[in-house]
Amino acid sequence: MKKGPDVLRVTAWILTAALMLPLAWAVLASFTPEQRLFAGGPLLRSLTGEHYRAIFIERSFWMPIGNSLIVALGTTAVSLLLGAPCAYALARLPFKGHRFVLAFVLAVSMFPQIAMVPSLYLILRSAHLLDTYPGLVLPYLTFALPLAVWLLSGFFRQLPAELEDAAMIDGASRVRALREVVLPLAGPGVATTGILVFLYSWNEFLFALSFTLGPERYTVPVAITLFRGQYQVPWGQVLAAAVIATSVVAVVVLVAQKRIVAGLTSGALKG
Amino acid sequence: MASIELAHVTKAYEADRAAVSDLNLSVADGELLVLVGPSGCGKSTVLRLVAGLELPTSGRVIIGGEDVTTAPPQARDVAMVFQSYALYPHMTVRQNLGFGLRMRGVPASDIAVAVDRTAGMLGIGELLDRRPAQLSGGQRQRVALGRALARRARAYLLDEPLSNLDPLLRVDTRSELALLHRQLGSTMVYVTHDQEEAMTLGSRIAVMRDGMVEQVGQPLDVYRHPANRFVASFIGTPRVNLFPCVCARSSGTWSLASPVLRRPVVLPIRDGELPPRVDAGFRPQDADLCDANDAHVVGSTILIEPLGPVTLLHVRVDGTPESSLRLVVPADTVVHHGEQVGIRIRLDRLHLFDNSTGTRIVEPPRTGVGPAKMAPEHR
Repeated sequence: MKKGPDVLRVTAWILTAALMLPLAWAVLASFTPEQRLFAGGPLLRSLTGEHYRAIFIERSFWMPIGNSLIVALGTTAVSLLLGAPCAYALARLPFKGHRFVLAFVLAVSMFPQIAMVPSLYLILRSAHLLDTYPGLVLPYLTFALPLAVWLLSGFFRQLPAELEDAAMIDGASRVRALREVVLPLAGPGVATTGILVFLYSWNEFLFALSFTLGPERYTVPVAITLFRGQYQVPWGQVLAAAVIATSVVAVVVLVAQKRIVAGLTSGALKG
Repeated sequence: MASIELAHVTKAYEADRAAVSDLNLSVADGELLVLVGPSGCGKSTVLRLVAGLELPTSGRVIIGGEDVTTAPPQARDVAMVFQSYALYPHMTVRQNLGFGLRMRGVPASDIAVAVDRTAGMLGIGELLDRRPAQLSGGQRQRVALGRALARRARAYLLDEPLSNLDPLLRVDTRSELALLHRQLGSTMVYVTHDQEEAMTLGSRIAVMRDGMVEQVGQPLDVYRHPANRFVASFIGTPRVNLFPCVCARSSGTWSLASPVLRRPVVLPIRDGELPPRVDAGFRPQDADLCDANDAHVVGSTILIEPLGPVTLLHVRVDGTPESSLRLVVPADTVVHHGEQVGIRIRLDRLHLFDNSTGTRIVEPPRTGVGPAKMAPEHR
């Protein structure tokens, strides 16, 4: 009877298992004593919280988490604030060359990051922004803003233009119509964009490595990389840090997802 | 309340094709003007030009004596009902109704009063806390109407507000709208493609085609004296019968000859000039069945459609462009399929259009039954 759905369910489970396996292994390994990690044999034999204790007490892993949160949230906020009006203009206002602008925005985000590092470094140094939060948020905008503009303009274009027409006839200015009608309706799209920008910023490595000078400003990826000593890599701690970093992202996504679902159910237009 | 005037308004989205070209139209204070025409004729564009959602390529838009040609929509103080209703889906009905007032900075207590009054007027009081998604089509239409009526705008613009309703509800709401307009006495511009809606609602109707106004006038005037072939066939159901004729003058009278006509028909016209070729038209109501000997046209019935109060006959006549003529006869008429019938046209209600330009040939003084302007009531 329910052959179709069963097949789908089995496929879903297989896929989930395949995706979860490395993660599960990482979680497990992060609780395993260092010497057992390379000894072979089952991992479950003895568990320890030592790695977690080490990264938080000895390495003050709180600091990079805080830095990453500040930088990623900052980047998300700025790119949504600047990207939303820009995307709206590109989606709705008839002006010459808006196709060109969109193509240009896309082209900018295709520029290889490594090629920008030297010039950005010089700019940030002369602006005295090296090793500061703005010194990371600003470079992050080079990829976050194009991403936000592209995604948001797509979401805005899907909204019926008549809603804005109605709002403006009802006495709202363009900006007010954007705030009162477009943004609430584009809520799911804005949340999706926010999540993606946050993820990219959270995981960014090259800029963070290049534009920070010490542990006070290291972000999570940089901090984890610098765990390695001259002669050995503390894999247990690396994995523990990775688990923590992933959990933070998971919490952020889950919170934002609630917002997405709420937005979707209140959407419906005319029947 | 205010008058609306469009002076030489042209709107071209692309350089070579104008959606509206050199349009002149004025709506008097308190009038309900209906813009009617086939889809794509530019009637919605006219409404959007008045609302300020589009800016004219050239020409001027004047509301209440004030030139608003370049004013943004929010500065024009007009209200609009959209075909899609365009209700704000994230707001309750109450918030939808009050939105326009809130945008204009009206205090919350006054908004509540206005919303309750409007909801009472439209009978949607119990829906105020629902969202648009929880409403039926008819209820949404009411809310859309309410959102426009909640504030006193200088003019109300309605873009096919009834076209998404089912037929029964549409007719009821149409009557309600007419009553509402009489109560409020507000200036309204109503766009529809439905000529029946236009006829029944409008104090005046403006028939549009290809971005131009073909004729403006009172509904019955337009019906009885269509300015051209297009208006004649667009206004009135069932559609007017049109067939090409050759005009000839002999011994002081004009006569029409056509393969459709059994023999040349002498027109009740004595003076004036007619072009050599005309299109003659008569409405299905303006002809009667008769004996073949007295008939102008003879044909055989191919379709009988009883409509209730009257019956619509389709009569096959060779030589007509559509190969059949429509004829409205009393419901108790006994006709059979394939039967030979004679049709006698009421010549005083015959419309003549120049064959090349399509424009109406203005009635010269008529003899006989009297000028068509004083024609008795149509059935």
